[in-house]
Amino acid sequence: MSQTITRMEFNQEGFDAFLQSRNEPQWLQSLRQTAWQSFTEGRWPNQKDEEWMRTDIRLFKLNKFNSATESNQPLPTAVLSAGVELAGSCSSMDGVTLHHHLDAEWAEKGVVFGSLSELAHQHPDLIEKYLFQKAVDPKFDRFSALHAAFWSSGVFLYVPRGVVIDKPLHSIAGMSDGGSDFAHTLVILEDGAEATLLSESASPDVNSGGMHCGAVELIVGNDAHLRYVNLQDWGQGVWHFANQKALVGRDSSLQWTVGALGSRLSKVNQHVSLTGEGGNCQVNGVMFTENKQHLSYHTLQQHEKPHCVSDFLYKAALQDSSRTVWRGMIQVDEGAQKTDGYQRNDNLLLSRTARADSIPGLEIEADDVRCTHGSTSGKVDEELIFYARSRGFSRKEAIQMIVTGFFQQVFDRVTIESVREALGLAIARRVRDYE
Amino acid sequence: MSDTLTIKNLHVEIAGKPILQGVNLEIKKGETHALMGPNGSGKSTLGLVIMGHPKYEVTEGDILLNGESILEMEADERARAGIFMAFQRPVAVPGVKMADFLRHATTNVRNPERKEGEDLIPMREFRKEIKDKMGQLKMDAEFARRYVNDGFSGGEMKRAEILQLAMLQPHFAILDETDSGLDADAVRLASQSINEIGHGKMGLLIITHHDKLLHYNTPDFTHVILGGRIVETGGKELAEELHEQGYERIRNDYPEAAAVNDAVEEPVA
Ligand SMILES: Nc1ncnc2c1ncn2[C@@H]1O[C@H](COP(=O)(O)OP(=O)(O)OP(=O)(O)O)[C@@H](O)[C@H]1O
Ligand SMILES: [Mg+2]
Repeated sequence: MSQTITRMEFNQEGFDAFLQSRNEPQWLQSLRQTAWQSFTEGRWPNQKDEEWMRTDIRLFKLNKFNSATESNQPLPTAVLSAGVELAGSCSSMDGVTLHHHLDAEWAEKGVVFGSLSELAHQHPDLIEKYLFQKAVDPKFDRFSALHAAFWSSGVFLYVPRGVVIDKPLHSIAGMSDGGSDFAHTLVILEDGAEATLLSESASPDVNSGGMHCGAVELIVGNDAHLRYVNLQDWGQGVWHFANQKALVGRDSSLQWTVGALGSRLSKVNQHVSLTGEGGNCQVNGVMFTENKQHLSYHTLQQHEKPHCVSDFLYKAALQDSSRTVWRGMIQVDEGAQKTDGYQRNDNLLLSRTARADSIPGLEIEADDVRCTHGSTSGKVDEELIFYARSRGFSRKEAIQMIVTGFFQQVFDRVTIESVREALGLAIARRVRDYE
Repeated sequence: MSDTLTIKNLHVEIAGKPILQGVNLEIKKGETHALMGPNGSGKSTLGLVIMGHPKYEVTEGDILLNGESILEMEADERARAGIFMAFQRPVAVPGVKMADFLRHATTNVRNPERKEGEDLIPMREFRKEIKDKMGQLKMDAEFARRYVNDGFSGGEMKRAEILQLAMLQPHFAILDETDSGLDADAVRLASQSINEIGHGKMGLLIITHHDKLLHYNTPDFTHVILGGRIVETGGKELAEELHEQGYERIRNDYPEAAAVNDAVEEPVA
């Protein structure tokens, strides 16, 4: 029985074997055990749950997948780092770390960056305090519990007080066809720190399947500034479940750019809490769906303290019979006066059978606030297509241009050129025609 | 071969409603034709049909370019064959910069055989050219960075159409009220620019309600359209007469066409 541990299922035996194979410090083991306990006691959500009303996961079968497994597949090509000078990078395949690197210049200043799995051994002082403590709750739902029990590889970034990293860091998580990825992202910026993290995930090709069950935790201190980019480009057979939460401190800013292109079905909770006065959060979301993809994003912008600004803009273009669900909530806590909250979702339907649901919401418990929200859904205007064609554009070129123009408003907000380019190219490649 | 655009007994409907009812017209490259007629007489419709707007249905007749029917050609094929229309009401294309739009358009029109995805004309070359053309039209360089017609004033839109005419250098151009919405100075500038760009070179079909544009671009022929039919054709004097005296004589001379025009024009109660 020397080499038969390849398949680790999601049952007690599988969990025990997984835990044993990890050889992790006690605090982390008990974190996993508690989460596993919640998982076994929990139930799968279904369409009777309000959160899941529009998202059908009956065909999702967990037992088709394994926890992190060594893979011999090559890592998909990264697009966010193309032509960018990086301060550090890290990569994983099927939840197993391949490489991680941080320029000595930054390591000397106390920056820590790399695979969370590996750094948990070396920096428990930094990680134990934050991992699943302040942002993502393993008990939130069965997926967060499963993730907390089985997470592996992932990315850890720690920037000490006052350190400003002027070059982006990059991470890529690859998944082979039928594989799984349980990556956890944990970013901690101490007071006065600044950093940019470009994260992407990808499959070998557009038809690949698999499962991602992940979480993102971003902890931004006071007077700190984080730009975080998350490009999800899994194959269209991948189940993608993610719980993501950021805490933004006093006079700090977070620019969070989301590119959601891949997966068969996505269910993402994105939650930003403004936890100190004068905090600012901008979220830029770009979604492009086709075939039978279903992407469901629930965003929550929570104003805990006064004088904070949150600005969420999600734009989606939908092709074929694909579907998006966007549910946005601005929550203003009691006492969070002078809140400036904005949320918007625009959808461009590229076919008659595509469908976009947009459900904006406000929950306001302070009285001196300004909160606005809005959403639009519409198809490509034939008059625009004719105009472009009268200038020599083919129908397809015209539609590509109109779709690119539709996203331009989001791109204009993204301050990182490689990200704008990668998203623009990915979208232009996907646009086929409008029926 | 002298390039010719021929409209033969053209009947056009929109949503089952007849608009053009037997239009005949022949334009040779280098000629300037004025197309005049009261509101709702079918001027824009004729232009849009020539350009290939999919909403208009040709029920009879033909449009020929050098003897070949173009009815089966899509708007982009017609553009690549050298037909252009400056629209009465251009639409905005949000998020698409004028320069990017025109670079792509210019590339396609100049290389009619270009396939999707093939290289565009080099950026430097294009930048220089558009800068020169904008200079001629006294347009601010910032214009090229704005989104196509998005938030443009009426006058800016018309000038943007002229810029496109200048860049695309078509064989035949339909200018649909390209002089409306412009202030007096801008009308003169636009008229002069059109003269430089196209008068005597392209085949021009100028639709206008004013006289400045025709003053700078003397028409070889003037056509009067009424009730979806060209009822009279003359020289530049006809345009002058209509500017000075309006359409009353025409209406009296062609009561049947006038009745059709008024019936079509009648507002829905
Ligand atoms: N898309 C359309 N749907 C319905 N009716 C239309 C449409 N386009 C044109 N028409 C009708 O066809 C007739 C001719 O319109 P057209 O725009 O060609 O007139 P015009 O001569 O250009 O008028 P103007 O001088 O006001 O620009 C009008 O009665 C108009 O209402
Ligand atoms: Mg008109």
